[in-house]
Amino acid sequence: MVISRGFLGRRRDGDRGGRLPPGQYDVGDRFPVLSAGPTPHTPLERWDFTVEIGRQPAARWSWDEFQALPHEEISVDIHCVTKWSKFDTRWSGVSLDALIEAVSAPMAAFVVGFSDGGYTTNLPLADATGGKAWIVDRYDGGPLDPEHGGPARLLVPHLYFWKSAKWVRGLRLLDHDEPGFWETLGYHNRGDPWLEQRYSGD
Amino acid sequence: MVGAAIQRRLTWQVAQVSAHVRDTPRCWRISLDVELGAWLPGQHIDVRLTASDGYQAQRSYSIASAPEERTLDLVVERLDDGEVSPYLTDELRAGDAIELRGPIGGYFVWQAGLGGPVQLIAGGSGVAPFLAMLEHHQAAGSDARLSLLYSARAEDDIIARERLDEHAQRAGVEIDITLTREAPDGWKGRIGRVDAAMLAEAVIPASEQPQVFVCGPTAFVEGVAEALVAQGHAPAVVKTERFGG
Amino acid sequence: MDHIAAHRLDGNAAAGRLEDVFAVEITSVRATCNGCGATAAVAELTVYADAPGTVIRCPSCEAVVMRLAQVPGSTWIDLRGARTLQIPLR
Ligand SMILES: Cc1cc2nc3c(=O)[nH]c(=O)nc-3n(C[C@H](O)[C@H](O)[C@H](O)COP(=O)(O)OP(=O)(O)OC[C@H]3O[C@@H](n4cnc5c(N)ncnc54)[C@H](O)[C@@H]3O)c2cc1C
Ligand SMILES: [Zn+2]
Repeated sequence: MVISRGFLGRRRDGDRGGRLPPGQYDVGDRFPVLSAGPTPHTPLERWDFTVEIGRQPAARWSWDEFQALPHEEISVDIHCVTKWSKFDTRWSGVSLDALIEAVSAPMAAFVVGFSDGGYTTNLPLADATGGKAWIVDRYDGGPLDPEHGGPARLLVPHLYFWKSAKWVRGLRLLDHDEPGFWETLGYHNRGDPWLEQRYSGD
Repeated sequence: MVGAAIQRRLTWQVAQVSAHVRDTPRCWRISLDVELGAWLPGQHIDVRLTASDGYQAQRSYSIASAPEERTLDLVVERLDDGEVSPYLTDELRAGDAIELRGPIGGYFVWQAGLGGPVQLIAGGSGVAPFLAMLEHHQAAGSDARLSLLYSARAEDDIIARERLDEHAQRAGVEIDITLTREAPDGWKGRIGRVDAAMLAEAVIPASEQPQVFVCGPTAFVEGVAEALVAQGHAPAVVKTERFGG
Repeated sequence: MDHIAAHRLDGNAAAGRLEDVFAVEITSVRATCNGCGATAAVAELTVYADAPGTVIRCPSCEAVVMRLAQVPGSTWIDLRGARTLQIPLR
């Protein structure tokens, strides 16, 4: 392997007061757009959000009904597995606790978030509940841009950002784990940035 | 079908930078010494950079020189906010070692044996693989008709200007340049973006069944390819290579 | 064309990664989409390379044809979306 003298990549120095997980760099004002596929652009009249138990729909909200749910303001740091982190991102959305409490699923131990375009990601219930995850529909005071996952995306800021599925349309409550799009392709099943759980086996 | 004779897995190899020359305000020509064997005009390589802590980034670059030439040349456009291209243009020096893998590709390739007519359509640094095809056309003494439509921002941004002027003098070769941002007084080429009207006028017509190659930024390539198919070129003869946005 | 569309690539961009594994010229290989049945050369497939891995989609229906991730020590490849691969021999 040849070391490229003077090559740093996009990175800047410093651990930013302990806020940067290992191996991450501060992206600053930029907000990179990463995507595994084209932007879906689902019209709001056709958009809905479903909570399924197993594969059975158990609760459903139209866009207007979803807007009427109590929203929380969230200000968090986010960490992408491709190594950029972004500090103090400001979102508004509905906590997963509220959405999951709307149904009765005593067997649920795992959650799969599913999106327009077929993307999925999996979470243990413990990572999805307890005020740690939201369905967000606003970013930085405005509607969530389609490139950043609008109309609505999952936000699970304590895990790598691939868990924060863009264009999310629902949650599936399961009694077993079902690894998602990246989790089945060599990426870590949980993805804690502070433990640097990037790849399966980390 | 032009098939690359690749019957092995590609591995990373070390190349030596033998020359590093600014060609336009935004593009540099980087010449590499490396044992890759013969490549085909239109093929590309992957470059890999490694930071001292092991962090790596890789990108693709078209080979801009013909297999008959001595060095493997790249033409790299500097994207100000890019990760890899500013390193290649600003930091890399003659004498440095760099890792690459290739040659890659067999679809977006033209060789003299395939004959003509051939229509090449480039946006910006998308002209790089066509420089290899033009050099090969000359070195192989091909009599295939080769026509290049090349979109650049301004006169200063025309890559390999002198060579293109020389190629334009050769029988069977047409070089048609359009400037999209500004054209100097007395500019004899075209002005404006490549759109359906310009394609209808400048491209070898579908009735002559040219092989068509389109290369450059994604939006440029997709727009051109769509317009060509609408003008009757068979989708299978319009070959594209997208460089991204 | 949005930013994501402007940044998409084609199978030429994924060829080096695939030929790191497969000892064939991959861009001329013809892949049939398991979703819609359309066939295209790998060079003609749509590639999203900004994501953690490389996602290769059908230009006709946008279904995933191949997925590829390079993680330390291995390459992961998912070919479920490719009904067949036709590899020219010479
Ligand atoms: C087959 C092939 C051949 C090519 N041949 C050539 C060639 O001959 N010459 C040439 O100059 N180029 C060529 N390219 C393009 C080249 O591979 C690089 O894409 C280009 O040099 C830019 O790389 P970069 O690292 O400088 O920019 P990048 O860091 O990749 O950035 C490119 C652009 O995307 C934006 N961006 C970067 N990262 C992100 C992110 N995470 N999210 C959102 N936006 C982001 C940046 O702001 C920038 O505008 C080719 C590409 C392909 C696929
Ligand atoms: Zn398809």
